[in-house]
Amino acid sequence: MDFSLTMEQEILRKSVRDFAEKEIKPKARELDEREEFSYETCRAMGELGLFGMFVSEEYAGQGLDYISYIIAVEEIARIDGSHAATIAAGNSLGIGPLYYYGNEEQKRKYLPKLCSGEMLWGFGLTEPNAGSDAGNTQTQAVLDGNEWVINGSKIFITNASTDITAGVTVLARTGIREAGKKELSCILVETGTRGFEARPMHGKLMWRASNTSELYFDDCRVPEDNRLGPQGEGFHQMLGTLDGGRLSIGAMGLGGAQGCFEMARRYATQRVQFGKPIASFQVNSFKLADMAMEIELARLLLYKACWLRDNHKPYAKEAAMAKLYCSEVMYRCANHAVQLHGGYGLMKEYDVERFYRDQKLLEIGEGTSEIQRLVISRLIGVI
Amino acid sequence: MNILVCIKQVPDTESQIKIDSGGKGIQTADIKWVMNPYDEFGVEEALRIKEKTGGKVTVIGVGPQRVVESLRTALAMGADEAIHVDDPAADGGDALATARVLAGSVKDVPFDLIFCGQRAVDDDNAQVGAALSELLQIPLLSVITKVEISDDKAKVKVQRPVEGATWVFEAPLPALITTQKGLNEPRYASLPGIMKAKKKPLSAKKLGDLGLSPDQAGLQGSKLTIKGLTPPPERKAGKIIEGETAQEKGTILVKLLREEAKII
Repeated sequence: MDFSLTMEQEILRKSVRDFAEKEIKPKARELDEREEFSYETCRAMGELGLFGMFVSEEYAGQGLDYISYIIAVEEIARIDGSHAATIAAGNSLGIGPLYYYGNEEQKRKYLPKLCSGEMLWGFGLTEPNAGSDAGNTQTQAVLDGNEWVINGSKIFITNASTDITAGVTVLARTGIREAGKKELSCILVETGTRGFEARPMHGKLMWRASNTSELYFDDCRVPEDNRLGPQGEGFHQMLGTLDGGRLSIGAMGLGGAQGCFEMARRYATQRVQFGKPIASFQVNSFKLADMAMEIELARLLLYKACWLRDNHKPYAKEAAMAKLYCSEVMYRCANHAVQLHGGYGLMKEYDVERFYRDQKLLEIGEGTSEIQRLVISRLIGVI
Repeated sequence: MNILVCIKQVPDTESQIKIDSGGKGIQTADIKWVMNPYDEFGVEEALRIKEKTGGKVTVIGVGPQRVVESLRTALAMGADEAIHVDDPAADGGDALATARVLAGSVKDVPFDLIFCGQRAVDDDNAQVGAALSELLQIPLLSVITKVEISDDKAKVKVQRPVEGATWVFEAPLPALITTQKGLNEPRYASLPGIMKAKKKPLSAKKLGDLGLSPDQAGLQGSKLTIKGLTPPPERKAGKIIEGETAQEKGTILVKLLREEAKII
């Protein structure tokens, strides 16, 4: 067994950490307050190479392994959930399906601009009436001559309505299978296509500086060639995409938990009550000890899942476990961290308040915690 | 232009520094090592000059295997080559012994300009750059915040901030510059840069390769010896003045400044 990271991974961690502390931290609170997506920090993240990390250099990616990608998301999430969301969704959901399932022409057309961060791409899966039950997708695509005609709507789609969004991958019904089961396919729709509208969603509890959208398709016509991979493969493509996406949500939980722990430790060792730093009271030191322990466990589990993926071994079970566990570790860490901050932890002036809100998404997005337990139950063969 | 940058690896400024049981060094087990921040300014300035005038940037580090990480970081930022003096006999020297090692490591390397940090943030000695310029017999421009290369690449014009003013110097090349905060804002090692750095040349040298014997370098070649390290005295707890009104607090403050602190 070897738990050490490579020198390149260590250099990457330090570089991304410095970047997050200097470029994102000073702006994060205000962007959250204004519910504003920052094109400036997005461009800077692109220049650092945070998009297309696992894409080969042939398509202008960085050619890194998955663990490097996860470390980068973890380090951004240690400072701000919204920016980590832009990166995680940009890579796992925007770039991932195009890279893994796209044909040569599609990859050449879209990946270079997405990997530089000049453009973003969304992944339209969730619908108003198809969340956990993604197989029940209502959005329909019908072939008319050599064009798909798409009708339907999607909701909660990250990175889909920015000024630099080049398009979205849409999961749609493309037919009925023999047993009456729906046939699902993924179709690429470029921004600006007639009949397609992406509307930003506002009034969010969390990830307020990331872009979230509703998508509307009204007799939207795209060329037949815009299908991603073979017809009817949409459901499998979606599951594969989510397996990888779970690791990046896990990284957001891990990085967020680390951020909470560091804020809590700093505050608790400085805040004096009854003449002593509050961290010296066992009731508080035990909270910090639990946080440190659980973060260590979360990191081991998440990195192991990445190691399995990098070594081409099955990793779906570990990915679901890591997503679930890291999300819940951040839940407990954010809760302890606010508690240790007392009244100040309830104020927006302290970053820990934002972490407390941002955490909640992790138990809901890219498969709720309940769905993760269902996935794990299936993979351990009990249901 | 051929530009050299000398890099020292130092403990991360966030590391908790503890003195070891011998009392002459620090405990290194839990320390994270980083490139000396002043040396980062040197790497950045060298890269900017290279981007403008063309040429090559070579980084040099002395120390154990861990130093490679700092050298690779400089390569990831954009430097072209690295030289690592990886020899226990070269480690732990005073400024002069270290400068001898650096001078030896560049004896076969052409250079127009050398950057050193004005000091290393660990021992604050601030002498290696000066000693190196003396050994190489080239002009020394220390504590510099602005560097301009002349169009014919034969001279360098620099600025040094002094109390309330700026000194401007000019020197013929080759020359040695020690960097001060304010010179530039170092770039981050980008992810593509980190991947490219893996393939860039990094040569490891022993003292023998530099034409030096062990009594000229490292601890053996040092004229200074460390007698002991002591931690800074602990700061006493502050005093918060209690009082109902500002006037009352003011009265107590004046009384304390006069009777306890004895400064008025």
